[in-house]
Amino acid sequence: MDIFFQQIINGLVQGSIYALVALGYTMVYGIMGLINFAHGEVVMIGTLVTITVAGSLIKAGMPVILAGMAGLTASVLVCMALGWGLERIAYRPLRNAPRLTPLITAIGMSIVLQNVAMIIWGRNYLTFPPLLPKVAFEFGGVNFTLVQVIIVVVSALTMGGLLFLVYRTKLGMAMRATAQNPAVASLMGVNINRVIAAAFIIGSALGALAGIMVGSYYEIAHYQMGFMLGLKAFTAAVLGGIGNLAGAMLGGVLLGLIEALGAGYIGDLTGGFLGSHYQDIFAFIVLIVVLMFKPSGLFGEKTGDRA
Amino acid sequence: MNKWLNPRSAFGITLIAVALLALPFVAAMGGQAWVRILNFAILYVFLALGLNIVVGFAGLLDLGYIAFYAVGAYTYALLASPHFGLHWPFWVILPIGAVVACFFGVILGSPTLKLRGDYLAIVTLGFGEIVRIFMNNLNAPINITNGAQGITLIDPVAIGDFKFSNTSQILGISLSGPQKYYYLLLALVILVIIINLRLQNSRVGRAWQAIREDEIAAKAVGIDTRNLKLLAFAMGASFGGVAGGVFSAMQGFVSPESFSLIESIMILAMVVLGGMGHIPGVILGAVLLSILPEALRYGVGPIQMAIFGKMLVDPESLRMLIFGLALVLVMRFKPAGLWPSPERKRELQDAGARNG
Repeated sequence: MDIFFQQIINGLVQGSIYALVALGYTMVYGIMGLINFAHGEVVMIGTLVTITVAGSLIKAGMPVILAGMAGLTASVLVCMALGWGLERIAYRPLRNAPRLTPLITAIGMSIVLQNVAMIIWGRNYLTFPPLLPKVAFEFGGVNFTLVQVIIVVVSALTMGGLLFLVYRTKLGMAMRATAQNPAVASLMGVNINRVIAAAFIIGSALGALAGIMVGSYYEIAHYQMGFMLGLKAFTAAVLGGIGNLAGAMLGGVLLGLIEALGAGYIGDLTGGFLGSHYQDIFAFIVLIVVLMFKPSGLFGEKTGDRA
Repeated sequence: MNKWLNPRSAFGITLIAVALLALPFVAAMGGQAWVRILNFAILYVFLALGLNIVVGFAGLLDLGYIAFYAVGAYTYALLASPHFGLHWPFWVILPIGAVVACFFGVILGSPTLKLRGDYLAIVTLGFGEIVRIFMNNLNAPINITNGAQGITLIDPVAIGDFKFSNTSQILGISLSGPQKYYYLLLALVILVIIINLRLQNSRVGRAWQAIREDEIAAKAVGIDTRNLKLLAFAMGASFGGVAGGVFSAMQGFVSPESFSLIESIMILAMVVLGGMGHIPGVILGAVLLSILPEALRYGVGPIQMAIFGKMLVDPESLRMLIFGLALVLVMRFKPAGLWPSPERKRELQDAGARNG
């Protein structure tokens, strides 16, 4: 039973990270109906910027907490600029283009960002600076660390903040209006361009946060790390019903839990036939099964007829 | 067919045919590597045309197409290599590969085809990943795919004693292995192009087009949308399966690494960049996107040396950087693709006029 609770903790932590990244996908999708394939790359750049800024400041003798804050600020700012730039360069000119066209530019941007990152940071794995003290707790036979606690708490707070923004502020109202019908929203005086840019910027800021969490959790980073993370997060967003904020959050946490429990128990379940290296297929199998029964995700509204 | 008898187009076709036949000899002057690049370009044309049936004709976004290619490649590898000690001839295996891939296409298609648009895309993507992960791990407890090491020593295509892997003399002309594969691939791809052209204007092709434009309306006029979508999946998959088999034989080696998601995405990029649903456009897209990275591989390093006198940036990442930028720029300025079908172009202009 200890393993069970241990895996629940691991799943929650991983799931919070998925959820934060998934929000970036789902916000953009909800408003524009576009899969922003380059979002995983934004997360990766967030991690790498933190490594450079915080790492070099720590080396220069700055207190860890200040260096960490500086790294966080720098990474959030860089990612916000990146999200804004992505929208301007790759998506805005194509708003009336055929539906698959922005998908290809998104893929192009993702290739560009990955290779820019490789040119700047190199091919090797980088070590993430220890921004948080390594403190471990034990509670009823289950171990967890300070980093894990902070990841879950910060994600929960951030998501709460996002929900407040979307459902209680004017910008949020404009976002929801644009998501429902951009043409009508613009007739009502909503500045569509600004709303879409805001969605990209906020999504990217969340991505930067997630990037820092991934970095502190796994303690390494790499220019290719964004790809699989983005894929899983996107899966989480679809699982919850893409375009739905609460869906993305729950989808992310659910996916993290499923993966952790799956990896922990697959050996027992299949009598040792399949090992834990099948961990990555859980996400997709669960996704396929869920979509077979609920074709627009767990909490999604019925989508339109665009194929 | 009347169009073909017109002397001007007959002349054009002859010219293209001569150029295609002479191409491997021209390429060989730059080394056999260029012949191999040509072969891969044709293989990608093959794959892009297969995916075009699913995405371009029927309008189903498939992000896991490479899975069928992988299934075909592994079918060939397992039936013609020392791994299981089987050495079946290629003309038996290629059809088997097509059938197995088709079977996988139906397995994937039947539960998921009621999904729409992007939901279908992510499910196909997941399916592609599942196939790849299984290939990576099915070496224990029973060794089927030999895991990440892949399967080596796969038999080349051979007719009797005539092997496609080594150099031989035909009518006094020396043909290298890659050159022979070039002609084999060319013959196959011409067959695929003919099938595609015939398919496009057939009853089935028009039904697909109806589904693509408006599924509900298509259903209302009595089109069996479910079966036709399944057929699109199955046909696309079997093309992928055959292409995979040829790939396997040509390389002599397969491993899960060749079938990652990025490959699916590349093939989709070929289809969309060329001009979705338009066969000449898709061929153009596939040729361009398969040659461009290779041409950059040979071009980027020396040009950098010439301009700056030293390697400023790792050529490998610079070439992919340029490739990514090219994707963005082409789509930015030609949103319907480089060579869209005339109807599609007209529709877009109309839509543009409506939206102001």
